[in-house]
Parts: sequence; C-alpha cells; structure tokens
Amino acid sequence: MSTTTPEKVRSVPKPVFTDAEAGAREFPSSTSRNYNYFVPAKRRATLYEDVTVDVQPDPERHLSQGWLYGFANGVGGYPHDWTRLKSSNWHEFLDPNEEWEQTIYRNNANVVRQVQQTIANAKAAGSFLTENQSWLSVLERHVSALAHAEHGIGMYVYTACQRDAPTNMINNAIAVAAAHKLRFAQDLILYNLEVSEQVPGFDGSAHKTVWQSDPAWQPTRENVEQLTGTRDWAEAFFATAIVFEPLVGELFRSHLLMQVAAVHGDYVTPTVIGVGEADVARDQAGARRLFSLLANDPVHGAANRAVMEGWLATWVPRSIAAGRGLQPIWSQLSEKVVTFDESATRAKTRFTELLTEFGLTYDKEL
Amino acid sequence: MSRASITKSHQKIQELAWEPTFVSPVEKFATDYTFEKAQKKDPLKQILRSYFPMEEEKDNRVFGAMDGAIRGNMFRQVQERWMEWQKLFLSIIPFPEISAARAMPLVINAVPNPEVHNGLAIQMIDEVRHSTIQMNLKRLYMNHYIDPAGFDNTLKAFQNNYAGTIGRQFGEGFITGDAVTAANVYLTIVAETAFTNVLFVAMPAEAAANGDYLLPTVFHSVQSDESRHISNGYSIILMALSDERNRQLLERDLRYAWWNNHAVVDAAIGTFIEYGTKDRRKDRESYAEMWRRWIYDDYYRSYLVPLEKYGLVIPHDLVEEAWNRIWNKGYVHEVAQFFATGWAANYWRIDGMDDTDFEWFEHKYPGWYDKYGKWWETYSALSKRNGHKPIMFEGDAANYEYPHRCWTCMVPCLIREDTVVDEVDGQVRTYCSETCHWTDAVAFRPEYEGRPTPAMGRLTGKREWESLYHGWDYADVIRDLGYLRDDGKTLTPQPHLNLDPKEMWTIDSVEGITMQSPNVLLNAMSPEEREAHIAKYKRGGPAGRPAPAEAVA
Ligand SMILES: [Fe+2]
Ligand SMILES: [Fe+2]
Ligand SMILES: [Zn+2]
Repeated sequence: MSTTTPEKVRSVPKPVFTDAEAGAREFPSSTSRNYNYFVPAKRRATLYEDVTVDVQPDPERHLSQGWLYGFANGVGGYPHDWTRLKSSNWHEFLDPNEEWEQTIYRNNANVVRQVQQTIANAKAAGSFLTENQSWLSVLERHVSALAHAEHGIGMYVYTACQRDAPTNMINNAIAVAAAHKLRFAQDLILYNLEVSEQVPGFDGSAHKTVWQSDPAWQPTRENVEQLTGTRDWAEAFFATAIVFEPLVGELFRSHLLMQVAAVHGDYVTPTVIGVGEADVARDQAGARRLFSLLANDPVHGAANRAVMEGWLATWVPRSIAAGRGLQPIWSQLSEKVVTFDESATRAKTRFTELLTEFGLTYDKEL
Repeated sequence: MSRASITKSHQKIQELAWEPTFVSPVEKFATDYTFEKAQKKDPLKQILRSYFPMEEEKDNRVFGAMDGAIRGNMFRQVQERWMEWQKLFLSIIPFPEISAARAMPLVINAVPNPEVHNGLAIQMIDEVRHSTIQMNLKRLYMNHYIDPAGFDNTLKAFQNNYAGTIGRQFGEGFITGDAVTAANVYLTIVAETAFTNVLFVAMPAEAAANGDYLLPTVFHSVQSDESRHISNGYSIILMALSDERNRQLLERDLRYAWWNNHAVVDAAIGTFIEYGTKDRRKDRESYAEMWRRWIYDDYYRSYLVPLEKYGLVIPHDLVEEAWNRIWNKGYVHEVAQFFATGWAANYWRIDGMDDTDFEWFEHKYPGWYDKYGKWWETYSALSKRNGHKPIMFEGDAANYEYPHRCWTCMVPCLIREDTVVDEVDGQVRTYCSETCHWTDAVAFRPEYEGRPTPAMGRLTGKREWESLYHGWDYADVIRDLGYLRDDGKTLTPQPHLNLDPKEMWTIDSVEGITMQSPNVLLNAMSPEEREAHIAKYKRGGPAGRPAPAEAVA
C-alpha cells in the first residue's frame, strides 16, 4: 500500500510594513515619551523611578474608586495606620540602591559566583584541613548558627514587612532586603555543608543545638523571635535594620569574624561574611533613607521621633543583651586579635552615629 | 548543579528553620483555614544559589532581545491595532505581579511548613522581577512606538479608569481577606495555574502575529517562573485538603476564584486576542479554541478534576457555564463591544472591524455577523469626526443600551438575561450572573453556611465607576481623568487609528453631554419602576440592543 502525504502548507502570519515607529508622524503627543504622572526626584526620571513609581495604587494619589477588597473589618490595601509612624508623603521614599529586576539578579548572581569560586578554590587547595582546630569549632558552632538569625529575619521579618509597607518603592526595597537575607542564610548553611564534607570530624549539624540551646545564642534567638512577632512593619524594620544589625549582626560579622578568620588560616569565611555584610549595608542605606525622611517629616517629624525613641527603649536593651550573650565566643579563639570590648565599642559607635543621623537620642547606658 | 547536589543542598537548607520558644507565632494575616493536622507536602526543590544565576541568564536573553528589536526596527512591522490594547494590558499587569509578592507572607504565615516557605519567598522575589520587567517593556514601547499617548500616563490612567479597575481587583484579590482564600486559592490555584497560560502564553503568541516579538520574549520569561509558583500552591492545597475542616471553605473559594478569574481575565484577554489582532488566517486559533485547550483541557481536566480524589468538590457547573458564556453567550464579543462603545473614556485607541474581520468572526463564531456586524459597521461610520457625538451618545443610530455594572466582577452585565438584582448592604446592586451575586451576598461574609468565617474579606470601594461622575459634563470627566494629549484638546482615546491631527477627536466633541450612573438611577427608582426597568433590561441584547417595549398582553 502506498500513501502520498499531501505537502503540508505552513500557516504563518505574514510580516506587514506598518511604519508604526516613533517619529514616523507628527500629531498631538507624538513626542510625549516620559511617564508624566509623577515628578522625578532629579530633572529626568531614572530608569528605577520609571519602573517603580506608582505601580501600586494609593487612594492619596491617583486611585479614585478606593480599595476593592477589604479584610473582615473592611480595611483594604496597605493602610497607613499599619505603623505608628506617619508621613506627609509616603511616596517620597526612593530606594537609594535603585533596585529593580536587573540589579537584583546581576548583584545576587555575582555574589553567588564569588562565594562558590572562593569555596571551590579552598577545596582545591585543601585549605579547610589546615585551619586551626579551635577556629573550626567556632565555624562549626557559631558561624553556622548565625545562618538561623539571618534566615529568621529574611523569612519572617522582612518578607512580612513588604506586605504591609504603604508604597511600591518601600515594598520593593524590603523585598530585595529579604532576598539578600535569605540568600546569605543559605550561603552560610551550604558553606557549612561543604566544610563538613571536607573536614573529618566537623559536625555539620552542631549549629542547630547551638542556636536552639547554647546560652551564648539564646538572647539573640529571643531578639530575632521578638522581631518576627512584631506587627507594626516599620517597627520591625527599624528594630532590625537600625537596632539589631549594628548591635548584634555587625558586632558578630564585621567586628569579630571579619577581623579574626584570616589569622586562623580561613580566607573563605571573610568572603562569605563580607558579601553578606555588603548586602546589609545596601539594605541599611534604604532603611536610613526611609527613617531619615520620617524623622524629619515636616508635619510628623517630632511625633515620629518620639515613637522611634519609644522603640529604642524597647529594642536596644534586647539587642544589647543579645550582643553581650555572644561574648564567650571571643574567648574561644586561640588567636586574640580583638577583644569583646573593642568590638562592642565599635558596634556602639556605629549605632550612635546612626541615631544622630535621625536626630534620635538614646539616653540609657549602651 | 547536579541533581544529587541539588537534593543534598535542598535538604541542608531545611536546617535553617527552627521552632520558636520565646515568642509564640503571631497570626499576622487571618485565615479560617486550619493546618494543625495537615500533612506536609514538598514543593519543587528551590535553592537561591542556583536561582539567581539562572534568572540572570534569562534576563540577559530578554535584554538582548530588546536591543535587537530596536536595532532591527521592529516597530516598522507592528500593528497599531494590537499595540493600542497593550496600553490597557501593560497598565494593569505590573500591579497583580507585585501584589503576588505581597501575597507571599499571607501563606507563609498560614501554612506551617518551612519547606514551602522557601519556595514562597523565592516567588516573592520573582514577582518583583515580573513587575519591573513589565514596566520596563512598557517604557520601551512608550519610547519607540509611534503613539506614546496612553503609555505616557499609564499608571495614573490605570488607577482612575473603569477598565483598569476591573483588572485591579485581580491584584487586590491576592492580598486581602482570608489569607488562604486570597494568596493560595485565588492567586495560585486559579490565577497562576489556569489563567497565566492565556495571559502569558496565548496572548504573547498573538502579539508575535502582529509584529511584536518583544512581548513574547518578556512574557515567556515570566511564565517560565510560574511552574515553581504552581508547585508551591499545589503543595499548600494538598495540605489544606488533608484536614476535613477546610473542605467547605475550599469549595467556596474555588467557586469564587474560578468565576471571578473567568469574568475578569476572559473579558480582557479575550478582547485583546480577538479584537486586537490583524491576523485573520482561518486556521489561527480563536480565543474560544485556545480557552478550550489551555483552560478546559489542560487546567480543568488535567489539574482540577484529579484533585477530586482528595475529596475536593470541583465547580464543574461553573466551568461549563464559563464555557457557555464564551461559546454561546458571546461573552468576549459583548465585552469588546462595550470597550468600543465607551471609547471616549479609554486611554487607548480602538480600531474598527472591517470585512476581513467580519469574515473571520463568522467563520470562527457562526452567527456572529447577525449579532455584532451591524453595530461594528455603525462604529466605523461614527468613528469619523464630522460633527456627531461618540457612538455611546448617538442613541438610536447606535442601538445600544448602556449596561449596568456587575458589583462583584465589575465587568458590566452584558449577557442581559443573566442579570441579577438584589438589595445588598442597603443598596440595590446589579450582578452579571448568579455566581457574582453569590460572591458578594453569600461568600464574602462573616458566616458561611452557618459556620463562622471571621477572617473572610469584604468587597469594598466605589465599585461602580460611573457613580463617581454622575451628573458631570462628559468633557469634565475626561479632563479629570487626564486623557488629553499634549495640545490640551485632542483626546488620548480615538475610535480609529488615523493619526492625522485633523481626523482626531477633541474635547469639544464631548462637551455638553451629561454623564449618568446606571446604579444611581436604579436606586432612585420606585420598586415598581425598578422591576419594569430590569425586566426590560433582561430582555435586551445581544450586542446591547435595547428590548422593544413589552407587548401588551
Ligand atoms: Fe508573576
Ligand atoms: Fe507568579
Ligand atoms: Zn460579575
């Protein structure tokens, strides 16, 4: 039996010359090629402003029909009273890092490559095996325990805060900060995995008990859990980025690990921690911008500063206690490069500088 | 990364979660669902160190294509009929995207499964990606397409327009009300799993047929993230199903979410695909055919129906009725006609349909011409600027009764015979269908079938757009909306594609017309007047034709 298959005619749309290109004709608005519904911060709108401003509606700007869905109490959207801080213009905040789709992936992919390359080099050189024993124990127990704190902040503080923030720009910036924290936590824990595969006797799961029950970490865990349980999004953001980060996060990362790892023969930890710290600094720039605007708000500035000082009264003692709790780690090191007091002084100086920026005072002993 | 290494890494990152002991978890976003007894289900394995480079790679392809399109003068081959509808679509879509990011903590908070949390947090950052990449595409259109008006005011227009609002409910539906209803059932189980196929796959294919290959590049890149989102949602619904007490809520939410998604997405995307295209090859799939494939076969039959074995009650009747509305009741055609009727309140231009279009419609939807052909001929005739008013105000010539709006889905009650009227919350409201009435009157309430549902949301807002401007001069409405071009008098919207300034409509053509809200008028009627009015309204159509006065019995 023979069959002939009729030749199949492909059906495809034909290209048509339409000349629908900019400049092909002149007519009203033919050159109107800027988003015209917002006033850019500088003379020309940046790409960041173009892709960010007004994406999420606000009844105080263009939204005319109001929120279409409410919670059970009828309140919808991202109401301004979900924080005690007030602003005469929430939309004034622009992310100083200008994060959007392209920067997010470019930066984080670079970090991933840098971390993985460093680990691969160390593996190839067998350098994990030559690290000092007391240091390996710090790595196993404490560097890895930090991952929990970073994860908790990324997943249960920042991810929740971005839901509540009143504008697209604040929302996007906090979402990016959350992604940084989550990636950093994974960087740390996967680094732990690599070392545990290289170094015999390295207990890859020790960090769990350390985080859960080592007295050194309990005040930090308590601080992080309190942050995750805070309903006022600006308070949670403030207590994390402005209080916890300098007094606990940076104290441990910058003022300890970054100082001491190398002298113990470890050059991987400074890379992993260093990129995490750089992200914290980026995100903190956003927080500083936001809280400066609020502290200096022409209408609500004084009231906001009072609220923030109330937050300081609650959160500073918690983070001071958390930082102090970590003190025993300083003495577990064989090479004493820096004392706890020196590190703590640096952390407190940084923190005090931040407060001055907002015109805030914390009158108790730090 | 190798599969073994992904599995190992994925297992390792599970160590990050812990049981809090100092602070008991706070219910940040309320839900009536319970996950106390839920069995944990694992979603796709997702690790940030593979995620970021993978997405960067995808981005590089998108940006490469954008550069290429500009260098290759893509806009010389782009159909204006198509691009105009993108002014509406791209004004809406970044908002639902970023709302999906906001939705993630709702489910993270509700579902006690750290493994799912990881996937959801990655979805959050995906959605920031989607929102900003789409804004950037629109910016490129504004810079390179012949007519930037309507792109230049995109987000203001989105937030004050009757059609923008229809789309906006889609995004708000993800983030407000019962956390699981919003962020799992409405967002993921229905919007992402069912409707992103028509939004991000079918529609971009139509864009390509109209000379625009950037929309497909961007949206396929977006869609490639959706399988992970779908997997997140699927593990959550399976967890919910493992607790008997959630069944009734799931059944309610699937009915609401399915119907609202159908009403909103099919209205918009159906119109773009059927009325925004110049591709009238007879063998190109119609929206109805695409729907049958993507929604009916791939979603309903292959995804939803198999969930029945877990005890889920599927809204078979509503799936069939959605199809019935699309296939027999002309849903998409009625919506497109409504958009064109109200062209003067749009921020995009609408091209009329010609003989080639008529032939295609008749071929794909037999009987189309008898219903809609005459009206589109009138539309074209009245699109010329020669002293008459826009078609909406040309009463007898247009032969179109301006519709009531559905209080729930906010698409008008276009299938006139299905209109439901009820007094709800002290106001007489109209609904496009039984299910939209049920959504407002029954589902979004603090009690459902005798069971308290304290976390359930409410429908709020000034849901009938027309009531904002009741009694206004139409020209003032347009001025207030800001739909004017940079000469201060030419309208942004036009009922044709002719860019010759002499042919373009100006603000004076709508001066002296009083805007009226059908809902305000309805509420002002006596009960008897209202009954007669609605009876006549329901006898109207198709194609908005007013019913003849009732024959005396
Ligand atoms: Fe998305
Ligand atoms: Fe998604
Ligand atoms: Zn409806």
